[in-house]
Parts: sequence; structure tokens; C-alpha cells
Amino acid sequence: MGDKGTFWLPESGSTLSPGLDSLFYFTYWISVVIFVAVTVAVIVFAIKYRRRNDSDIPPIVHENKLLETAWIVVPTILVLIVFTWGFRSFLKLHSPPANAYEIQVTAKQWLWDYTYPNGKTSTGDLVVPVDRPVRLVMTSTDVLHSFFVPAFRVKQDVVPNRYSSVWFEATGQGEYHILCTEYCGTQHSGMLGSVIVQSAEDFDAWLQSGVEDMAPAEYGALLYTQQNCNVCHSVDGTRLVGPTLLGLFGRQTTFTDGTTAVADENYIMESIVNPMAKIVEGYPPGMPTIYSSFDSDQLNALVAFIKEQQ
Amino acid sequence: MSATQTVGTESGRSVSAPVNYLNHDKSIKGWLYTVDHKRIGLMYLATVSIAFLVAGLLALAVRTELFSQGRTIMDADTYNQFFSLHGIMMVFLFIIPSIPAALGNFVMPIQIGAKDVAFPRLNLASYYIFVIGGVLAVTGILVGQIDTGWTFYTPYSSRLGAPVLFLTSAVFIAGFSSILTGLNFIVTIHKMRAPGLTWNRLPLFVWSIYATSIVQVLATPVIGITMVLLFMEKALQIGIFDPALGGDPVLFQHFFWFYSHPAVYIMILPAFGIISDLIGTFSRHEVQGYKFVALSSVAIAFLGFLVWGHHMFVSGQSVVSSIIFSLLTYLIGIPTGVKVLNWVGTMYKGSISLQTPMLYALSFLILFTIGGLTGVMLGVLSVDVHLHDTYFVVAHFHYVMMGGTVIAALGGLHYWWPKMTGKMYNETNGRIAAVLIFIGFNVTFFTQFIMGSKGMPRRYYDYLPEFEIYHMISTIGSFLLAIGLFMAAGGLIASFWRGKKATSNPWKSLTLEWTHTTSPPDPHNFHHTPIVTRGPYDYHLAPEIFGEPGGDGAVVSAQPDTDPVQQ
Repeated sequence: MGDKGTFWLPESGSTLSPGLDSLFYFTYWISVVIFVAVTVAVIVFAIKYRRRNDSDIPPIVHENKLLETAWIVVPTILVLIVFTWGFRSFLKLHSPPANAYEIQVTAKQWLWDYTYPNGKTSTGDLVVPVDRPVRLVMTSTDVLHSFFVPAFRVKQDVVPNRYSSVWFEATGQGEYHILCTEYCGTQHSGMLGSVIVQSAEDFDAWLQSGVEDMAPAEYGALLYTQQNCNVCHSVDGTRLVGPTLLGLFGRQTTFTDGTTAVADENYIMESIVNPMAKIVEGYPPGMPTIYSSFDSDQLNALVAFIKEQQ
Repeated sequence: MSATQTVGTESGRSVSAPVNYLNHDKSIKGWLYTVDHKRIGLMYLATVSIAFLVAGLLALAVRTELFSQGRTIMDADTYNQFFSLHGIMMVFLFIIPSIPAALGNFVMPIQIGAKDVAFPRLNLASYYIFVIGGVLAVTGILVGQIDTGWTFYTPYSSRLGAPVLFLTSAVFIAGFSSILTGLNFIVTIHKMRAPGLTWNRLPLFVWSIYATSIVQVLATPVIGITMVLLFMEKALQIGIFDPALGGDPVLFQHFFWFYSHPAVYIMILPAFGIISDLIGTFSRHEVQGYKFVALSSVAIAFLGFLVWGHHMFVSGQSVVSSIIFSLLTYLIGIPTGVKVLNWVGTMYKGSISLQTPMLYALSFLILFTIGGLTGVMLGVLSVDVHLHDTYFVVAHFHYVMMGGTVIAALGGLHYWWPKMTGKMYNETNGRIAAVLIFIGFNVTFFTQFIMGSKGMPRRYYDYLPEFEIYHMISTIGSFLLAIGLFMAAGGLIASFWRGKKATSNPWKSLTLEWTHTTSPPDPHNFHHTPIVTRGPYDYHLAPEIFGEPGGDGAVVSAQPDTDPVQQ
């Protein structure tokens, strides 16, 4: 990380950033010059030619053909330069190197899932090796999303029933924000993630590591953030979209149909895999059903984690 | 309106004109059943003002929520509904009808020397269709708690069920109002111009309304068809846009922008017309490049249909189409840029008076230039990839739509207010409000450019800590802007009680609504058909405006400032 970016642009973290930044600033400075020229002309004319007498009739100004031709031709040349430059770098954005490392991305309300070539999966955190081109092949299981990493200057919509792709080559180790930029509902602004750029050795070690050796509650804590449970359920008692997990285990809970139950292991598991079965009174029936695919290890871990939140 | 109004005549005598379009029939029925284009214009003005007020208050609520990180005053779902309702109401119920239907209805027929539009009853029908469509749309949004944003992107919007059916029907109905008004205006401008008012002598406001009407007639059916397809998909379960049924969500975006990009021209072209009239009048100069300004508006009306894909550079459309759309966007952008230079050139060696309408025109020049230049930045393919769907885009379109259209509409409203109401507003209050609006606007939206290019996505209920300072400044600006707008509105409304009586031509303009009608105008506009012998900004041919001998002799009501207004 280190650099904090410029006044206009965020830090730069990929091989694509410097080229795009030059183009941004080239267009920006031309715009500044034109803007200042127009504004100064407006102000100077408004003062210099202000009405001095209510019955002033100003002289006719004959059109200056040279000037008029110039202000059509010069902007045309400028925009054609900018267009050509933009066109060339756009092709670069859409031409991933043949040796790019490929990761599958699945977007759903409101989290990012990643699957690596060796079958390893991860949620939220996208771990990638430094100095190596990475290509993401993305699809969505529900509505439109858009994958945006400001530091890498890349963005691509993620569409259901279709694959889209984006590539980048990270230039420095560190952590960068992933943001969803296509409006996708209640927690659109909570659909965040991180790109974690690691050295080749660290990345390989991470890729081979498993979760088998973690304690269930520890693994549950990892899932709680990785799976974005924290977007809707707090562990400190704060009211978010869904009920807090603080003190949930063993609590007498009332549902919208008037029934009540004590929250035990079975209730918690049912609420994760089949969230519409019982809706807690006072909360909307808004939890996604995507968690029904959790395996028993993951469910055990989450139950263990929730039991600890007292 | 009991006092009499006087008008100068060719011979210099004054005759009283006690009857005007406001006082000749004061019954409620006289308004609801009226076919007078001036009254219909005022009814549109009242209706769109209510929409602007409501949608503006929603914007303030949205900005207040964003003042600090996390929850400030509302939860995420309410926030999403508020920004959706703000966008839908501002675009469809305020900006699109604001200038053409309100000011265009009032001013355009008088500017061409006609008694009314070509089809007065159709004009009234358009108004009621608009009201019905508007009421249905707002009801649908409120009942259905619609939170899709104003773009209704599928498949998110497909999941909402019945309320979307209701809303699509409402948009379908309201569309007819736009089509019929456009048709009415095209026929009026072709067939009802006064003798001598050739195409080369049309005020530029009329040219811009003409170009806008072409877009309304050609583009609006597309949104109608899209709404029918959405309706059929929901009702008959055939897959068009929804991937769950085998449809393609990107197809919806193509359809939506095929209408909504031309709709941007429906919103901005009339503003160009007002600005041309204001700068010409308050500089007392012929608008430089008159023919270019007039004809490029009409050209844009057609070419504007070829650039919709520039909204979709990251949507997954093919790279080749993105490149073509980017190139076309630039080629269409140039004439618009040249217009700005023409307006600045009009001021050169003019006689410039900084009255309230001119202050709005100068605000427009500065704000629209920023809006246009940032549009060029967004049109650069690879730069757009970074800026797309961030606050940079939000700031850009507010600079164009609010800094452009709304500022022009305010300038036009202040300019024609004496003609509409017969009253002068308080000039000092008007000027302070105009300056306050300019400052508040820039504080609100310029900060959004910075946070946008730094990566703040739009439509976010919550945000990362580094953006908080920008959001705070922006929210403070929005309150300044609101104060300015309320001051402007207050000044106009107060003129009903406190305003001085307006003379028939307080700005010494040369177009027919000023030279040939009283303030407010007669129910039939003119006592006899005016004959036009000069262009709309030919001050050197109009010495009679300043009480000197000469001129074209066709002027009935020109009068010097000192002319007594009451007998």
C-alpha cells in the first residue's frame, strides 16, 4: 500500500493503473484549461461590456470565420486524441495475458465467493499472488452486481446466466477494497471484500492450507466475516437488518406467527439453512437462502461460534 | 387583477386593457376546462413545481442520511426507496415536462405570433394524461415500496411483482402525454407562425422546443414498448429480460438507454433555447452562429439516438460496440461544446445587464461547461471503466441536469414571470438567491466528483471512512442550495402581493411575447396578427423599443420605461 493516491485518484496497485492515470490527468488538464478560458471570458465580458446606459444598442459584431473554424477544428482534434488513447488502453483492459491465473467468482446478494483451480474456496477475501496476471471469470446467481477494485482501476458488471471477466496484475503486497458498484438491494453498500496480495510463496502456502485444524468456534468466527453474516447480524447487540447474535443461544424468541421457541442448536441450524421457516417478530423475512449449501463442518462451526456470543 | 393595464400604441397613445388571461374567467371550471395554452402552461408549472419540491425534500433526506457513516436518520431500505423516488420523480415528473410543457406551453405560441397551439383540446388532454400517469406512478412506488433506482434494471426490478406492473402501466400512460405534446408543438411551429416569421427569424427557444418535440415523438414510444414487454414478461411469464425465465437483463439496459439517452436531450435542449434567448436579450446582441445553434439542436435530436451504448461500457456489451459508441459520443459532443463558445461570443462587445435571469444564464455557462467536460472524461473508454457507477457520474449528471436544465428553467421562469403574472419580483432577492444557488450547488456536487474518482460507488447507504469528509461537505452544500431555492421561490411568490406592476416589456426584449402583448397577455394573446420584419435579436433594427423613431412599425406595445402604466 503505502502511497495514498493523488487528489483525484486513489492509490495505485496494478500494472494497469499508471497508464490510466496519465490518461485521466491528460484529459483533466485539457478540461481545466478550457474551463478556465471560458470562465475568464465570461467574467471579463460581463465586466468590460456591462450596460452603461439603459438605451445602449451595441454594434453588430461580424462573424470571424477563422475563429469559428478554429473552435470547431481544435476540439475535434483534441477529442480524437483522447478517444484513440482511451480506445488503446480499453483494448489492454480487455486483453488478459494468455498465462493469467484464473479464479472463478460467484456474486450473490450480498457477498463474493471465489473458487481456485485446486478447488479451494474463499468468501469475501480474494487472495492473489503479487506480480502475476490474474483473470477472474465471474457470474451472478441472482441480480446484477459489479466487481470494482478502485486501486486496480478495473470494474466489470457481473450478470446472471452469463460469464464476464476482468484481469489485473497486482504490483505490491497489501490489501485493497473490493466494492459492488451495481445496485443490488438492501445491503448493496455492505457487499464489500478485499483483495489480499501476497508473495508467491505465501500465496502457495495459503492455497494448500485447510481449515481442518481450526477449532469449530474459531472456524465459525472466520465464516461469520467471510460469509458476510456480519452485514446483517451484529455480535455486540446492535440492531442491524437481522437479529443480533449476542445472547441468542438459549434466548426465548417470538416469531411473526405468534409462536415462541428457545433458540437451541437445532433452531440455529434451521435458521441458517432454511431462514424462511421461522421469522423473528419485528424483523423482515429478508435472509438469503444461499446458506443451505453449507456442509456439516461449517454448520457445526457457526453453531459453536454463536453459542459463544453471550 | 382589478387594476387596468395600459399598452402603448403605434401612435404613442395609451389604451387600457382591463381584460387579461388571468382575470377574464376566475372560476375553478375556467381553469380545469381551459384550452388556453397559457393557463395549461401555468397548470403544468404548478404540477411540476410540486414534484420538484417533493423530490427535492427527498434529496435532502438522502443527503442528511449520508452526512455521517452508518445509520444517521433512516434504515437501508428506506434510504433505497428515497433515492429511487427522488430519481424517478425528478426525471419523469419534473425535468422532462418542466421546460417544454410549462414554459414551452406558455411562451412558444406567443413567440410565434399564434393565438394558441394547433390542437388546444389535445393540449388539455395531454395535461390530464400526465397528471393521471404521475399520480399512478407515485402511488405504485409508495404502495410497492419500489427501491430499484430510476433505471429499473432487471432482474432486480423483475423480482418486485405486482407493484412493477402498476408502475409500468403508469409510465406507459404518462408517455402519451409527452408524445401528444410533442406532436402538437411540431404542428404549431410548422403551421401557425405569424406572417414574416420565417425559420431564420424564429427565437432560439422555439427552435429548441421544435427539436425537443421531435425527440419526444420518436423516443417515447420505445419506453412504452419496453414497459409493455416488462408487463408481458410478468403477466405471461415469457422470458425477455429475466434470466430466471431465459431472458437477457442486458437487453433491458439497451432498451432503457435507447429511450433514456434521447430523453437526456429532451431535458437539455429546451435549456439551450432559454439560455440563447437570455444571453441574446441581456447582451442585446444577435446570438452568434444563430443558424448553427438552431440547426445543431435539430441534428442532435436525431443523432442522439446513436449513442445510448455509452452508458454500458462495463455492462458486458461487446468491446467493438463500446468503441463505436465512444467515437459517436465525441462527434455529437462537439456541436454542444461549440454552442457554449457561441454563447460566450454573443457577450463579446454586447451591452450586458446582470439582472437575475442573466445571472442564471452565466451560472449555466459555468456549470454546464463543467458538466460537459466531465462528460468528455466519462466518454474516454478506459477512464470510464474506473469512473462508471461512482459519484463522479452522479456529479456529472447533476451538473448537466441541475446545473444545466434546472438553472436554465429558473432563469426562464424569472425572465417570463412578469409576462405570466403581470408582477415584478424583488430584484435584490432574486440576485442573492441566484448566487446562493450557484454556491450551494458547487459545494454539494463538486465534492462528489472528488469522492467519485477516488472510488465512492453511487447508491450506497453506508461508505468507507475515508469518504466521510466529502459527504459532510456535500450535505452542507445541499442545505445551502435548498435555502437558495426557497429564497428564489419566496421572491417569486411574494411578488403576487408586493410586486410592482410589470410593464409589457421590462427587459426590452425583441420577441413577440414582449413587443406585442400586455403583461399578462390578453386571453387571445394579440388583438391583431403581428407582422414580423426582423430577427429575434436584431437590436439595431429596433430603435422603437427605446422610444426612438424608426423600427419596423409593426410594434404595438413597445414603451419606454418611463411610460405610465396606470391611467
